[in-house]
Amino acid sequence: MKIAVCIKQVPTREWQPRLNDAKTWIREQDISYEMNEPDAYALEEALRLREKHSGEVVVCSAGPARVQTVIREALARGADRAIHVEHDSLGSADAFVLADALAAAMKDEQFDLVLTGLQSDDQGHGQTGVILAERLGIPSSTIIMDVQIDPSTGSGQAATLRVKRELEGGWFQWISMPLPALLTIQSGINQLRYATLKGIMAAKKKEIRKAALPDGVQPAQQIVSLAVPTRSKQTQMIGGSPADAAKELVRRLRDEARAL
Amino acid sequence: MILVIAEQRDGKLNRATWETVAAAQQLAGGMPIRIAVLGAATGGVAQELAAAAVAEVVVAEHPALDPYTPDAYAAAGSALIEAAKPTFVLLPHTYQTRDFAPLLAARLRKPLVTDVTGIEGTGAGATFVRPMFQGKLAAHVKPQGGTPALVTIQIGAYRADAARKGSAAVTKADVQIDAAAIRQKPEPPFREAKQAVDLGQAERIVAVGRGIKSQENIPLAEKLAKAMGAEVAASRPICDNGWLPMERQIGSSGQTVAPKLYVALGISGAIQHLVGMKGSRTIVAINKDAEAPIFEVADYGIVGDLFEIAPAIVAELEKS
Repeated sequence: MKIAVCIKQVPTREWQPRLNDAKTWIREQDISYEMNEPDAYALEEALRLREKHSGEVVVCSAGPARVQTVIREALARGADRAIHVEHDSLGSADAFVLADALAAAMKDEQFDLVLTGLQSDDQGHGQTGVILAERLGIPSSTIIMDVQIDPSTGSGQAATLRVKRELEGGWFQWISMPLPALLTIQSGINQLRYATLKGIMAAKKKEIRKAALPDGVQPAQQIVSLAVPTRSKQTQMIGGSPADAAKELVRRLRDEARAL
Repeated sequence: MILVIAEQRDGKLNRATWETVAAAQQLAGGMPIRIAVLGAATGGVAQELAAAAVAEVVVAEHPALDPYTPDAYAAAGSALIEAAKPTFVLLPHTYQTRDFAPLLAARLRKPLVTDVTGIEGTGAGATFVRPMFQGKLAAHVKPQGGTPALVTIQIGAYRADAARKGSAAVTKADVQIDAAAIRQKPEPPFREAKQAVDLGQAERIVAVGRGIKSQENIPLAEKLAKAMGAEVAASRPICDNGWLPMERQIGSSGQTVAPKLYVALGISGAIQHLVGMKGSRTIVAINKDAEAPIFEVADYGIVGDLFEIAPAIVAELEKS
């Protein structure tokens, strides 16, 4: 079983947005980055599938040189090797560019299964995985909460994939499809593992294959401007010590909002 | 022309479709609007939508469109778009369109702008507003790479009752779908467990998020809920970690609620959470991060340490 996991490096959740002078992208200086959370769950799922069915897990990431940090982290958690499509422009690229970049670097590998997180915590298009599947010519299913693989019996019967897809409002659905396939993984599908010291040491020796951004890749949207969102409500902020703030809040909830 | 792709299941219209119609009417600027209804047996859905002020409602029925699969919907969507040659294709941003809209866009090699909360300008030159960085920023984007541009509209961003009414003709469209080319084989939808609590009926809700830090701190929220006469609920990460049962999850993958009082304790306010609670009558946000998006929907906000503030509120409520 040859499994690819696509991971993205995104600003940490604690990051406070600061914009560049043109207000078309974020100021990239002094940002600390981390692995996109849904991608971390996709990686964990890939590692579990490898433990069950053997094979290898290959981490794929498209981004500037800085994304090596999350690639190493994924290798330290147990991925076998990595592919890095490296270009400075990929840090702010849209889903079409990222999917085309990844597809070019991944297509000759003939992966049985490709996993991605369902969306990124930065641009959040929620498109890269599905576009990648179409570029690789394989079926996809999204927002997946369980992955079952019935391995090939060897007598000409192909391996099959059965996945649990999340629907809205607490509903789910099982879906079967042939391999190879691509799945976008929902956060919370499993419990994440963290890198061990041994894993971190081992990761240093693992291969990271560099791939170039192919020519002619076209973006599908342009960010005209970025801004802190305007408030839809007039929020009344309550200050003071915890005791004072609590007192004032309770008073307003009783007298003003009549909610208590 | 603007093509709106309606969402229906078993002949029942997803109300988010009306919100998308309202968005299309705002975007149109004189362009005609056509609504397409896809499915195997769509019943009265087309008639229901014919009450909108649009040029036409087109019914595209095919047995391969039920149950829903991304492959069948992408095939039908491609055919409808080839026939209509629209400038924009608008869809509600649902779990279903998140599954097939990127496939449709990739196949057509046309742009897709997802999760749109606002539209500025009309017609071909319009810009679309969508959240980025977990709602910390709003981006104005322009689709690039020819027409049509596909656009999905965030649930709740437009009002269903704002859609202008009229009387549209209903016609049928012939779509050819090769059933053998559909790779996904779905089973019937199911619910994991019986919903023991109906948060939809709760008058007050105290919801906890990542800021609660560990399972050991959940009783803090439970004490506050008890003092307020509220039910305890949570954002997705809390239920993912198993700190509270899944049935207490508020948001797009959990329950949608609109109580009299909603207290968000250590919830940053990712859009997936906000769609499940922003209709609440009074919203209180308590968070250490003054920039957290939850404050955008809050009526009352306290920036500070919830581990100090929650017990202080309990103490205050117990005084009287």
